[in-house]
Amino acid sequence: MPQTDNQTAAAPGAGEGYNFAYLDEQTKRMIRRCILKAVAVPGYQVPFGGREMPLPYGWGTGGMQVTASIIGLDDTLKVIDQGADDTTNAVNIRRFFARTAQVGTTEVTEEASIIQTRHRVPEDPMTEDQILVYQVPQPEPLRTLEPREIECRKMHAYKEYGLMQVSLYEDIARFGEIATSYSYPVMVNERYLMSPTPIPKFDNPKMDDFPALQLFGAGREKRIYAIPPYTKVKSLDFDDHPFRVQQWEEDCALCGAEETFLDEVILDDSGGKMYVCSDSHFCGRRRAEGHVGQLPDTAAAAYAAAVGAQEAPDGDAAQAQGEGET
Amino acid sequence: MYVAVKGGEQAILNSHKLVAEERRGDAAVPELTLNQIKEQMQLAVDRVMTEGSLYDRDLAALAIKQAQGDLVEAIFLLRAYRTTLTRFGETQPIDTAQMAVRRRVSAAYKDLPGGQILGPSYDYTHRLLDFALAAEEGVGEPEAAVADEAVDDSIPRVTDILNHEGLIEEELAFGDDGPVADLTREPMAFPAERDMRLQNLARGDEGFLLALGYSTQRGFGRNHPFAGEIRLGEVAVEFVPEELGFPIEIGEVTVTECQMINQFAGSAERPPQFTRGYGLAFGHCERKTMAMALVDRALRARELDESIEYPAQDEEFVLYHSDNVEASGFVQHLKLPHYVDFQSELQLIRSLRRRHDEDHREAAE
Repeated sequence: MPQTDNQTAAAPGAGEGYNFAYLDEQTKRMIRRCILKAVAVPGYQVPFGGREMPLPYGWGTGGMQVTASIIGLDDTLKVIDQGADDTTNAVNIRRFFARTAQVGTTEVTEEASIIQTRHRVPEDPMTEDQILVYQVPQPEPLRTLEPREIECRKMHAYKEYGLMQVSLYEDIARFGEIATSYSYPVMVNERYLMSPTPIPKFDNPKMDDFPALQLFGAGREKRIYAIPPYTKVKSLDFDDHPFRVQQWEEDCALCGAEETFLDEVILDDSGGKMYVCSDSHFCGRRRAEGHVGQLPDTAAAAYAAAVGAQEAPDGDAAQAQGEGET
Repeated sequence: MYVAVKGGEQAILNSHKLVAEERRGDAAVPELTLNQIKEQMQLAVDRVMTEGSLYDRDLAALAIKQAQGDLVEAIFLLRAYRTTLTRFGETQPIDTAQMAVRRRVSAAYKDLPGGQILGPSYDYTHRLLDFALAAEEGVGEPEAAVADEAVDDSIPRVTDILNHEGLIEEELAFGDDGPVADLTREPMAFPAERDMRLQNLARGDEGFLLALGYSTQRGFGRNHPFAGEIRLGEVAVEFVPEELGFPIEIGEVTVTECQMINQFAGSAERPPQFTRGYGLAFGHCERKTMAMALVDRALRARELDESIEYPAQDEEFVLYHSDNVEASGFVQHLKLPHYVDFQSELQLIRSLRRRHDEDHREAAE
């Protein structure tokens, strides 16, 4: 965790004169009340008086407010973005809490008591002692079908989700399969339709019967929702078109993992590519345990050296192409 | 080792250093002072205070300097500071009829009590670049002559004059004792009442409101507005400390107020009469307050039983998208890595293309 201790990037005066974990205690209480309500009504979006955070909207302000409200001195925080601890935004948010809350940080999934995430659920299992905090850009699963908040709230109140089923059916009629690969809608506790945030549908099954508390914070839209431990979470599907997750023909080129979410890394400009685990901690641990991928050691070392030399986060090439709309 | 790739931290630190260097610019040029910004870029300061929702010229000037003159970024800086401040209470409503007026114009009457006061305005300048301002030695100390006659102490609002005849609707009776919505503490809820709407519009992006207000004039709305009155000046801010129980003046603020007068054909319950649209901003922000007043009026469609057909009348559309700090953050978050979702989409599109090819091959056979 040495990279999290660096405070020299602080703007002059920043970090001083602010409350523990930035938010004032009254705000934290308000957010905790909303969290309790969210836990009591799994999948229901609780409106909350979201504050302006010193990071831009859309960059994790909701997740940060949730984390700031539940974090204490004894906590150990892990922050991931796209599954990796070393992506710039994850680094930035971890640094924010290291600075404003002086908490311990880690990259090891099992060591963390709170994990704040953007776009992934860790590959390693989590426990009842842990909390997973998701950053949510758009909490409303129906928004793409119905732009109006008033209408969406009515649909949730009446559990009227036919529109979503029809939309999924139209995909099957047009494409032969459901053309939603991330933000794939789920039913929580057989009651509320919920957006799992833009995690790939690969991660959806992990949410079901999950031992850890899952909290979701949407800062810009000012909503908090939750999935309590061991809650039923079901991805929408049809009897004749059951839900399926992504599968790769390849294994991780570095650690050889066969059943993880893989990032595609472009190696050259003539179509060369390899696949590596998106969960950087998971991949690193496996390699430390002696697992080896198909990529020859020399090539792996050369790749790591090349990427390291540029001091770019992993998968930079994929990232350059990956600025899709989410 | 692959896991050892740690670029983010150092890159961020270096990026901040580059920003600091670029902000300073050519070191041979004297550094900009906050006083210079405060005194010579007042309108930028005014906009940042208005949309940043914080009346503090020094902090607004600091934000503008820190943001290298990017006003939306400066607004964000001021908002992020404002949100940490303690709230002592609510002031009494300001009384713009008691304003120390520096500028007051009405497009509805040729002359009226208190008179037309042009004041400082770009309205009748010829937009010719003034090369005198480019001179190294500066412009000296320009001085405007003082008028022979003092401005009236109290200048009645045009809408109040109209009100004597009952030609314009009453100012919405909003219980003085009732709590006023504060969307920086509570999330917006729909349908939005006028207090929340006006707060949202006051904080809203000037460019967004300008375009929306314009759309109502061009045909995407039926506003038929008249600039009933625009006034600029200083008003006292009063606060009732609990231990005293009566209002005391705690300072004054400069505000621009715009009262738009709009036709209204009447409904089953209400006779034909003029209706109001309202705009208010810190400092001198005329374009903003006029646009705000147009949009405020357009958003009263539901209340006035008018059909809602145009973007400017649609409260969810307007109020959810007016905030430039929210909009800027969310648009720019597309810069963040999305490669997990993109990978998912890559897989999907490859699969869809495979299916497409198969279908076409079958069709060809």
